[in-house]
Amino acid sequence: MDIPRIPLGSWIESGLRWLTSEYSVVTRGISRFTQSGIDGLNDGLMWLPDWALMALIALLCWRLASVRLAIGAVAGLALIWNLGLWNPMIETLTLVVIATLVAVVIALPIGIVAALSERLYRVIMPVLDFMQTMPAFVYLIPAIPFFGIGAVSAIFATVIFSMPPAIRFTTLGIRQVPTELIEAADAYGATRGQKLFKVQLPLSLPTVMAGINQTIMLALSMVVIAAMIGADGLGSEVWRAIQRLRPGDGFEAGIAVVILAMLLDRLTQSLRKSRR
Amino acid sequence: MEETRPVKIQVRGLSKVFGKQPKRALELRDQGLKRPEILEKTGQTLGLSNISFDVYEGELLVIMGLSGSGKSTLIRCLNRLIDSTEGDIVIDGENIPTLGEKALLECRRRHFSMVFQNFALFPHRTVQQNAEFGLEIRGIDKAKRREIAHGALQQVGLGGWEDAYPNQLSGGMQQRVGLARALANDASVLLMDEAFSALDPLIRKDMQQELLQLQTRMQKTTVFITHDLDEALSIGDRIVLLKDGEVVQIGTPEEILTQPADDYVRRFIEGVDRARILTAESAMRPVRTSARDSDGPRTALHRMRDYSLDSIYVTDRDRRLLGLLEADAASRAIEERADKLTAYLTQDFRRVSPEEPLQNLFAMFSEKSYPIAVVDDEQRLLGVVVKGAVLHELARAGEEH
Repeated sequence: MDIPRIPLGSWIESGLRWLTSEYSVVTRGISRFTQSGIDGLNDGLMWLPDWALMALIALLCWRLASVRLAIGAVAGLALIWNLGLWNPMIETLTLVVIATLVAVVIALPIGIVAALSERLYRVIMPVLDFMQTMPAFVYLIPAIPFFGIGAVSAIFATVIFSMPPAIRFTTLGIRQVPTELIEAADAYGATRGQKLFKVQLPLSLPTVMAGINQTIMLALSMVVIAAMIGADGLGSEVWRAIQRLRPGDGFEAGIAVVILAMLLDRLTQSLRKSRR
Repeated sequence: MEETRPVKIQVRGLSKVFGKQPKRALELRDQGLKRPEILEKTGQTLGLSNISFDVYEGELLVIMGLSGSGKSTLIRCLNRLIDSTEGDIVIDGENIPTLGEKALLECRRRHFSMVFQNFALFPHRTVQQNAEFGLEIRGIDKAKRREIAHGALQQVGLGGWEDAYPNQLSGGMQQRVGLARALANDASVLLMDEAFSALDPLIRKDMQQELLQLQTRMQKTTVFITHDLDEALSIGDRIVLLKDGEVVQIGTPEEILTQPADDYVRRFIEGVDRARILTAESAMRPVRTSARDSDGPRTALHRMRDYSLDSIYVTDRDRRLLGLLEADAASRAIEERADKLTAYLTQDFRRVSPEEPLQNLFAMFSEKSYPIAVVDDEQRLLGVVVKGAVLHELARAGEEH
């Protein structure tokens, strides 16, 4: 028996090729726009003296969370600085911030729509499953023909990889609002918009924040992997250490990633808790 | 007493089927099948079947039934939180089931405020912001809604709690916020869905009393859902009794108690017959304040004001009941500079002995709103009986049975 192999791979490739050639204007536009965003934020953060940025982050930690976190932040950042990883850390931070922003801006409306419409919910959920379980590296490959080697491709892959939890948690949060409260809003004659903005969104905020927290964490891990397609930052330090077989350098950069991750995690979690 | 009062809401032939082929269920219903058979044949639940009743302007109508009777469905059909399957609900000339989306919103805003069993307060809003909700939805400007909500909170005794959050309040207080939210909205009908059922018994009694006082003051058309006979009897002007989605009886508490429509109602109020052996004494309350014949009219009037009464019983030094002094008679006495009250008393009230059967007291209330005076053989004033207390006692007797 000779069942022909289904040429799934070549279909996908020709599809992607078509997209790349057909929409090159769009992708180039996105590319330029994103790149200027990245450069702007990066330059801004680099322009600040190291100590000033450190103080700023410590202040943020103290106001939003606790003195303990502020002290931890200063200690962690000082270590990164001392290891000479300050600039790569800033580059990674920039990528995470931009990728998260883009992911959240796309995810919130999708999450809301999925929560309010049963039909769209059934369409969106399998797509999310696909996005989350597809090995993250795979996204890197089509990113290159779309956006070329470098930071923009890294952002593209990162957004796709890190967006699902923000969508899921937004949907979950809105669906979890007790029916009695929805009834109360309806009973007083609230329009859909009033119901959404005065009741559903405020009440789902803690859950949405938990989703954003997850998105940030995923974005950080992906941004590191994206070093493989030429994104700068801590990831490329690790990548270089692998290529030169220098475990010491690898661990130093890895520890810097961990510090950054913990900092971002604690900060966003405290943001969630400070809400009612 | 067929009604001369204007009708606020007219419900006619209202039915609700939960399921995907409601027509089929209604056909079976029309063939005389009942709820369990319809469920078996079609897998659909006949929630309400052919309900008709009126809600009069300014009355407090209680819809009462056990769980599964369809009372929650019914109240939600009124403001269309649930869409009914057939029938009309007409409020001020608008037929609610036929309204378009926009007209429905407008209708809900203008006509309905709702109080919920589990309060349904918004946890992310302060007490004040909760009370303002209905006004905010309607787009009333900030200063005005703050003022109105503030007034409503004062009215339910929550002045000073404006900035608290619902989770900082006890259950009773939370429901006061729920009530304030409804009152602030000033819609023409107040819907109360088991509003006091989640409260503990003492608080519940208080809230019932307060609702009655509010009702006397504001004459707001109210539809009140409950599963509790005692509650229905003590607060309802009229009661609609539901069973399995159908109306069993509509009537005043007295009518329901004295002329039950069928065995179901009879079983419901079973034991209330023992009311025949209940007497005035069991429902009697001590006199909160009375006047002495030697008091001047000013003192008497002052006391009435202190207890917010519009009449007061006057006794002699041995507490023998001399008569009833009405507020305007007292004012007249002041104008005429009288120093004795005796000439201004009226005998136009009922006095009974403590042994008087409670059942007989019903009839006496319909005439005048004065409390009935309970006196002993020597005409000494022992206490007074108010209408709510009679019903309460009867209902309690029913429960104990």
